[in-house]
Amino acid sequence: MDVSVITSNFKFLILQGLIGIGPFIGGTLRLAIPAILFGFVLGIFVGLARLAQAPWIRMPATMYVEFFRGVPLVMVIFWIWFIIPQLLRLPIPEYGVALTAFVIFEAAYFGEIVRAGVQSVPRGQVEAATALGMTGTKTMAYVVLPQALKNMVPSLVTQMIVLFKDTSLASIIGYVDLTKAAQIVNNREIKPFQIYIFIAIVYWLCTYSMSVFARRLERRAA
Amino acid sequence: MTAGEPAIVFRDADKWFGKLHVLRDINLAIAAGDVVVVCGPSGSGKSTLIRCVNGLERVQAGDVVVLGDSITKRGVNLPALRTRVGMVFQSFNLFPHMTALQNIMLAPMKVRKLARAEAEKTARALLERVGLREKADAYPANLSGGQQQRVAIARALAMQPKIMLFDEPTSALDPEMINEVLDVMTALAREGMTMMCVTHEMGFARRVAHRVVFMDEGQVVEEGTPQDFFAAPKSDRGKQFLSKILTH
Repeated sequence: MDVSVITSNFKFLILQGLIGIGPFIGGTLRLAIPAILFGFVLGIFVGLARLAQAPWIRMPATMYVEFFRGVPLVMVIFWIWFIIPQLLRLPIPEYGVALTAFVIFEAAYFGEIVRAGVQSVPRGQVEAATALGMTGTKTMAYVVLPQALKNMVPSLVTQMIVLFKDTSLASIIGYVDLTKAAQIVNNREIKPFQIYIFIAIVYWLCTYSMSVFARRLERRAA
Repeated sequence: MTAGEPAIVFRDADKWFGKLHVLRDINLAIAAGDVVVVCGPSGSGKSTLIRCVNGLERVQAGDVVVLGDSITKRGVNLPALRTRVGMVFQSFNLFPHMTALQNIMLAPMKVRKLARAEAEKTARALLERVGLREKADAYPANLSGGQQQRVAIARALAMQPKIMLFDEPTSALDPEMINEVLDVMTALAREGMTMMCVTHEMGFARRVAHRVVFMDEGQVVEEGTPQDFFAAPKSDRGKQFLSKILTH
């Protein structure tokens, strides 16, 4: 098989497509890493809000989760791409659109993982901390969350892998990630077989290293 | 709290779980330094009773006054009150992600804001006191039930409480481990700690308690010295209960 199309476009696919260094705004990692980070942080707040006793905190969080779990990610991207600029009367660049869409969409899923993780910690743990005079916040920070996080690792990593692969959807608004970079190269070279197998391997290597890392984390936490 | 005032007072206290009336018109006073054993058949409300002392459960009518503070009052600072009331649970509830030492140090450092060195010194002294000096760096999963419960007692004592609550502290233990926990509790009682213990250990009640409170169906049916209660219970329900647990 002639793989010269890969070697001659390797730099563009990897630097521009995967990492985001190049003439276009793009990069799968440049989108995925902050999206995972911010999505998870927002997800912690959403998950904890879902467990709040006060209905005025719990209800909006529940609606948030139910709403974003019920609509397709592509639609969220399109909204932010088409509607928000019209409402605000200011243009949002592709990167801002994609990152915003991923963070608010994924926070709903991360929030559910956080909620399940917190609920997996036995009630007696909260009671023991409470009986020692710890406030709700301290109990959460020092007793519940450390145990919950450990239980959450497998589902969190699965969700992070899903998010990583979903970043390919950003290509539909012209964000030059790995998928879009492959499309650009293919339009010029018409070698879909080589190009798309190559990017599949790149995606797989990234996600596989995430699962290997997760397995190590789980073993260490056990 | 002024001198002579009881450490714990229940005044016409009632509590319901939904439709279930779990505490009925409880009136009880426990003096500082008293060791009180609460006994009764399961479902009689004894665990709920002691959980009302540190506000893990709230009474819905009447009042509970602990160390001079009403815990039903609006705006009562429950976390502050709980630092003066230690609690030991049936299922130990040690924090599994921390070593024995860290379990004991957590609340003094995070609540009392003690410096690490000072908290560690106290924690090691407490481990010594419960006979577990060499287990400081062990995680709960690597300790026996009896050892876990002794660490849990040390953890509660680290906050220097005035009152200790024990909620069936030996019920989850294998028989050969019960005594090591009871020994620690006995020593604590001899030092003058105010203690309220829900337990089925009638030997402990006889030897250590100043007073026995017998509960059934959410009511305090009778209370008295262990000598009186075990020799001649006044109520029929007390007689029935004793005949069931003392014949073996």
